[in-house]
Amino acid sequence: MAGGKERELRRRIDSVQNTKKITRAMELIAATRVVKAQQRAREARPYAEQITTVIENLAAGGAEIDHPLLRKAEKVTRVGVIVISSDRGLAGPYNSSVIRAAERQVQNARSEGAEYSLIVIGKKARDYFAFRNYKVESFTEGISDNPTYEDARKIAETVAQLFIDNHIDRVELVYTEFLSIGSQKVATRRFLPLESTETIATEGGGDSKNTDSFEFEPSPEAVLESLLPRYVEARLFGALLESAASEHANRQRAMKSATDNAEELIVKLDREMNRARQDAITTEIMEIIGGAEALGDDEQPEDLVPAGAEN
Amino acid sequence: MAFQVELVSPEAITYSGEAEMVIARTVEGGDIAFQPGHVPFIGVLAVWSVEVIRPDGDRDVFAVHRGFVQVAGTKISVLSDVSEKSTEIDVSRAEQAKENAEAQLSENSENVEAADALARAELRLQVANA
Repeated sequence: MAGGKERELRRRIDSVQNTKKITRAMELIAATRVVKAQQRAREARPYAEQITTVIENLAAGGAEIDHPLLRKAEKVTRVGVIVISSDRGLAGPYNSSVIRAAERQVQNARSEGAEYSLIVIGKKARDYFAFRNYKVESFTEGISDNPTYEDARKIAETVAQLFIDNHIDRVELVYTEFLSIGSQKVATRRFLPLESTETIATEGGGDSKNTDSFEFEPSPEAVLESLLPRYVEARLFGALLESAASEHANRQRAMKSATDNAEELIVKLDREMNRARQDAITTEIMEIIGGAEALGDDEQPEDLVPAGAEN
Repeated sequence: MAFQVELVSPEAITYSGEAEMVIARTVEGGDIAFQPGHVPFIGVLAVWSVEVIRPDGDRDVFAVHRGFVQVAGTKISVLSDVSEKSTEIDVSRAEQAKENAEAQLSENSENVEAADALARAELRLQVANA
């Protein structure tokens, strides 16, 4: 029936319009969050930089000790993979790409003949790995949106402890780097063992330019001893903040294109509905004319159809 | 002559300003005061206060629960994941924490966490009343 089709289209337009309202709201929320997350990532940078500067100065002072976090295993029997994903979906390819990179690390470990331990942050990665019967060693949720230093400290402590206890011999960190609002990239970084202090010094982002010899209290070794765990925490915290900013940027982009698609669909459906309505009207007129003609010549059908209405 | 002081936490730079002298306490080393022109220095801070004496003579006191101090040139940075300014300390909460920690310690004198909590609470009270 012709009127039925029109009604059905109207219902679809209403539903697309509701969806559009939701995606639009999500887009706006993500847009404000990405700014906030970006600012937090920026504010956290001085600490990481200064810690690196201290390590640089320590390296220049010749401090090199046998810290457990610097231990390089001769044979890697178990690889830890930290993966930072989000708790909620609708963020475009954000979760799937970071999960894929993490899965690749697990496969690498297996092909080296090593076991793996997954340290998972965010529900999405947990669901993925749990569904595929991967063993998840540790799982944290509810922090990926807006991570605090305390969260980073707890996870870093757990991981460092596993490493120090020889439970895992190498740790890879898989997260999403926030390059700019329009560009984020999945990054896989060696998390533990730490590079030697010299390597941190030459590769780190610290700003030490002076080559003065420093005084250390209580001793260079003691400073390094309490510094390295902080360095590990700061690195994880930085990765968490960048991932949070990336998540919001991805969600904003995904929701923007969803809103655009909804708009396009509404225009298309609107046209279809108008055509259906016009069709229904035309059909009705034809039926009237047909009916009038069938009644015979004495009825004068011209009176029923005003001039020009058949067009 | 003054120098630049920064208190940096992992989340942000919490304090930044000029100072004439900074007094801190390092692990094993005891109290140490820095004035402009101090030799480059890196130290591990004890659970203690950090005092910043500003050029106008006023003092800002912070409770620093752990961290490092680095002196380089005309700049002092205090890196700490827990530092609180004396005026921002919640005295009643610190007193509560102190009582809790003391109660725990009286039950088990080897409770390391309670001992740490007690040291932190005492530092907070001391800094807040300074």
